[in-house]
Amino acid sequence: MTGTALQNKAKPLLDGTLQLEVTSVSAQTDSITSITFGGALGELLPSYVPGSHLVVQYGTGANAYSLTGSGSAPTEYSISVLRIENGAGGSLAMHALCVGDLVQVSHPRSAFAPAATASHHLLIAAGIGITPVLSHARYAAEWGASASLIYVHRPGTGAHVAEARQLLGPGLTECLDRSSFQEVLTRQLTTQQLGTHLYVCGPNAFMDSVLKQARDLGWPKSLLHSEAFSGAALDDGEPFEVRLARSKVTLNVPAGVSLLGTLENAGLTVPNMCRKGICGECAVPVLRGEPLHRDLYLTDQEKDDNTTMMCCVSRSLGQELELDL
Amino acid sequence: MSTVINEAVRDADVLPERIKHFPFPFSGDIYRYSANVEPSRKEVSTEAGAWGGRLLHIDEHYLAELKDRDEVLERDPSRLQVLPHMRPAVWDAICTLLPALAEEYPDTVSFTREGDLCRWRNSLQNLDVEFTVGDDSSLPMGPLRFLGSQIQDDLVFLDHRQDALWLDAGVVTFAADWSVGFDVGMKFLEVHHPVPRVKEEKIVSRAEQFLMRLQPGEQYRRTNWTLTIDRRLDTSTETYPNWAHDRMTIADDPALPDRLHLRVEIQHMIRLPHSGAVLFMIRSYLLPLRDIARVPVWRQNMGRVLAELPDDMAEYKGIIHYRKAASDWLLSA
Repeated sequence: MTGTALQNKAKPLLDGTLQLEVTSVSAQTDSITSITFGGALGELLPSYVPGSHLVVQYGTGANAYSLTGSGSAPTEYSISVLRIENGAGGSLAMHALCVGDLVQVSHPRSAFAPAATASHHLLIAAGIGITPVLSHARYAAEWGASASLIYVHRPGTGAHVAEARQLLGPGLTECLDRSSFQEVLTRQLTTQQLGTHLYVCGPNAFMDSVLKQARDLGWPKSLLHSEAFSGAALDDGEPFEVRLARSKVTLNVPAGVSLLGTLENAGLTVPNMCRKGICGECAVPVLRGEPLHRDLYLTDQEKDDNTTMMCCVSRSLGQELELDL
Repeated sequence: MSTVINEAVRDADVLPERIKHFPFPFSGDIYRYSANVEPSRKEVSTEAGAWGGRLLHIDEHYLAELKDRDEVLERDPSRLQVLPHMRPAVWDAICTLLPALAEEYPDTVSFTREGDLCRWRNSLQNLDVEFTVGDDSSLPMGPLRFLGSQIQDDLVFLDHRQDALWLDAGVVTFAADWSVGFDVGMKFLEVHHPVPRVKEEKIVSRAEQFLMRLQPGEQYRRTNWTLTIDRRLDTSTETYPNWAHDRMTIADDPALPDRLHLRVEIQHMIRLPHSGAVLFMIRSYLLPLRDIARVPVWRQNMGRVLAELPDDMAEYKGIIHYRKAASDWLLSA
């Protein structure tokens, strides 16, 4: 919190968080605000892979937000946040930030990277889902990579529209309603050149629909990329029992209470940060049983291995799990 | 007991730098493959000194080794490979490694960057160059060859796609019996296919999983070793006829202690921050057995490791014909 501590952040520890200052706040639309964070001395921040997110702490919680820059030698990190009145409070906290406020943020984490071998990048965004694909569009422009964007937003509510137009020119197709989007999507999914990769970000139902249509049209899974953003509430899940092998105790995890919450209530300390299955902090080793993986952190193979689970969001497929805790 | 320690300290004081900073790889009398990975830049103490405090290390062979690399590349340009999609990764490596070197050797080299315009000064080479990130023509010899002319490490770039790593670029002039020209375009698992035991022990697939989980900016390292006859860094597959025959005759050569070198690779693994490519750096150190023998614990450890090493591993490392002679000399000296 002191000036000395801030200076140390020019060369941050990887495991630690960065303390940054809000350097600008600007309204994109009535409900979307862009917030920029920088170091106290305007120093270079760690570069990041396009499509990366930043976990920003607020009060007692933390939310992940997509970075909207290209990630090349940045002196600032920018995010754009949609205000959600009845959410968990993260978006309201972000909207309350003022220039000069200090925030704790994670290092940028990459989970939605562009494919280096793509012959073309087909970007598809709905609403606030524009944020990570804008990062992709900037990177494509910097390296002269071929990219196009289908951007669905309601009239007058689109964030970063001017930048998207400038970056993509004729490669941008704006859709202001569902039916025109469907028409454009069908056309583009059936006319892409070989080697095109598709990247989609938006509400879960939107992404599911785009990905399903692409698969139905024969797109291989390896060409499809999606980035879920926060706000999608997970269901309460079924109750289950968890046996802690080392502590030799068995706990009940009721529906609607997370495994992480249950462990904490029992007095265990589990490192954690986002509590949304994004940051990877709360991994716990599984000895027996089959986890119901609901996180966005583990790879498919790691999920299949069933030896690790993210206890903040994941639960159990069976009635009992045994953990190495 | 205290007398022994004092003697060891006195010995270490007079040992030359090449021995003091040598990354002696054996901690006991038995060696097996393992994914011996640890965070980088952590200094490791040895019986003779220490190594590993830096990501990049400039030692007394700096100019000679870079001259060697340049000559190899002139003779055989296939030692440098860049598939077109790896261009951003190469520039990312330049923007990552040159500042790292400047941070570790501020009196020797400096790096400044304004936007995409960079300036690099290297007093060891009397070099002062400006270049623009992403503009290949701003570095006349090409970005990867330029980077390879500034650091002693060989560089291998892995692209992460389809839940696998692919060796898609590299500048490798000091390979220990492999060929970047042959391996380019292969998957990580395919590259390691010839290594005995590791398939059964799932070491390579675990290593690949580990590398794929590296987050941008994270840095790890491991060591590997073999034996090399004479101070020859270029023991790649391409030059096999030049060096392979020595392996059949060295056992009976009275000059074995001076000709035979323990070759240790410090391999750094980095996830490049902007491109997301995995950079695998291989720095090779050579030390003759004569020098190894000046450190009594090293002499004994290495002698016993060579004697105990199973035949399949000795065969793969190409040392089976002379490891006994080396071991006998070390243990009897």
